[in-house]
Amino acid sequence: MTDSPRLVDMTLRDGMHAVDHQFTPDQMADVASALDAADMDVVEVSHGDGMGGSSINYGVSAADTEAYLDAVAPELTDTELSVLLLPGIGTVEDLDLAADHGADICRIATHVTEADISEEHFEYVNERGLEANGLLMLSHMAPPETVLEQAKLMEEYGAEAVYVMDSAGALLPQDVRDRVGLLTDELSIDVGFHAHNNLGLAIGNTLAALDEGAVTVDGCLRGLGAGSGNAQMEVLVGALDRAGYDVGPDLYGVMDAAEDVLLPMLDDDTMPELDNDSLLLGYAGVYSSFLRHARRAGEQYGVDPRDIIVELGEMEVVGGQEDLITDVADRLAHEGAAEADD
Amino acid sequence: MGVSAAIVGPGNIGTDLMYKILDRSDAIDLERVIGIFPVEESDGLQAAVEEGIGVGTEGVDSVREHADEFDLVFDATSAHVHEQQAPVYDELGLFAVDLTPAAVGPYVVPVVNLDDVVGGTRNVNMVTCGGQATIPIVHAVDRVADVGYAEMVSHIASKSAGPGTRQNIDKFTQTTSAGLEEVGGADEGKAIITLNPAEPPIMMRNTVHTRVAETTDVDAVRDSVSRIAEEIRSYVPGYEVTLEPTVRDQDDVGFDLDGDVVLSTQLEVEGEGQHLPPYAGNLDIMTSAALGTAERIAAQPNEAVVGGDSDD
Repeated sequence: MTDSPRLVDMTLRDGMHAVDHQFTPDQMADVASALDAADMDVVEVSHGDGMGGSSINYGVSAADTEAYLDAVAPELTDTELSVLLLPGIGTVEDLDLAADHGADICRIATHVTEADISEEHFEYVNERGLEANGLLMLSHMAPPETVLEQAKLMEEYGAEAVYVMDSAGALLPQDVRDRVGLLTDELSIDVGFHAHNNLGLAIGNTLAALDEGAVTVDGCLRGLGAGSGNAQMEVLVGALDRAGYDVGPDLYGVMDAAEDVLLPMLDDDTMPELDNDSLLLGYAGVYSSFLRHARRAGEQYGVDPRDIIVELGEMEVVGGQEDLITDVADRLAHEGAAEADD
Repeated sequence: MGVSAAIVGPGNIGTDLMYKILDRSDAIDLERVIGIFPVEESDGLQAAVEEGIGVGTEGVDSVREHADEFDLVFDATSAHVHEQQAPVYDELGLFAVDLTPAAVGPYVVPVVNLDDVVGGTRNVNMVTCGGQATIPIVHAVDRVADVGYAEMVSHIASKSAGPGTRQNIDKFTQTTSAGLEEVGGADEGKAIITLNPAEPPIMMRNTVHTRVAETTDVDAVRDSVSRIAEEIRSYVPGYEVTLEPTVRDQDDVGFDLDGDVVLSTQLEVEGEGQHLPPYAGNLDIMTSAALGTAERIAAQPNEAVVGGDSDD
């Protein structure tokens, strides 16, 4: 296990889900500047669903990738700049743009069983001389052996690190240990972990991952992020420090970034909490960013968002299938109407 | 009076197309199926032999050798191979229906623009599976209300996405968004694809979001979509609109619509299950569209469209 894990702050990426992708470039610059001052290792910037994610399906962002990168890049001194790309949503053209606008790291994410759609993207990132990381989303939906097999594909394509992504916040600590442990044993590249707090386990699961050999882990200031949010960065820094790790970021620095810079940008609606709907994301194993879409559809169709989330879990939907929320809400509304008629 | 045809590329798509032609096409006489491997190493060629269809194993050389037997080729090889073979088809006076993403010729979606394209070209491209499913919907909305922006989201079963699609998934999104604009009529298009590994495999599902003026006559849009879906069913029987155009206004979305509304339509494509299972509607809609295109070409009175010579 590592003594000094790398911390990746995704307030300006996964955190974008919480604000419906409406951070402005100026707001991003302010948060990035505070994180840089706090010696954050990596800052990730883009639409919540990655570059190219700005869409009716996932939400149109307040600005485009270029504007966000141009706002954030000049604020960073030693902190590295990361972007996210989901093949099928964004393309190599987005990676090209990111490379031209200051990105140091490109993280390429696929569903946990579909790593083989990412080969061309890894090749391109390597060609441009940037660091490529692979992210296996919704890792709870596949057994550890499958996660390993898919991680090996990303290693072969040129990933410098592969992450176990608990995109639904559905993994229990032992599940995290099984997956991360197997990957650290079998891969020659770094292993990372990404938590959501839907079962209240984001910090605990991250500690478990580090204990099993993960060396790079994700979080967001104030626990922003999809669903109930990600691992809360300032808590993570404090807890890792107490656990004896030598962390790069300064505790007071990240606390100030969270409370003085980020918090004034949020309100009761956008600040995620572990409420009933987000608890059910973890319980039913549903992609965390579905939360706000499910609430909106619930309101539009007069359906309990919890019913929508549970049904989506039963359908085994994967990341990117946000449009099916409307379909489910419409169906549940009709079923409800039919029952009322009986 | 039928048109004689050959299939080049006896993979999953080519084989499904063969069965479709044999099952239900009076207008197309399938003369030959051509691959690049010996018959014993090719499931598709073996299937052709079993159906009593002549085969060729030398790729483009077999096309040259047998060119006098047919007037039209369905090319179900790969983008790279089609790019190399397209000039040969042209030189031999063969009309090419290209099922690869090469797009040497113009995009064709039978129900939208086939009649505009034939006559002007001897090579047509079938865009992508998602394009065949969603471009007609964009067109149906656009003929009632000007579509400033169209977005399609396609979900396909992991099992129905072959290595070609997986190695070059960007080609799907780029080609489809170009088709939404060029054929669908949107000022700006965006395409998204997801692969879902759920078991049993999911049917191919698509969502089409269009951004239109708030004053749009939604009933007229619904009627237009319903009419085009009926026309598509004439060549893709498993095509079904599962959510008719539904309005979302500023209150229903988390971003600024600037006075516009979003019309969202959902549809599902169930395959006919000739060679590929019914969930692989994404492959089925390609072969169905290709066959529909060839039949439309066969019905053209103009001999010059599909004649033996290229000197017209």
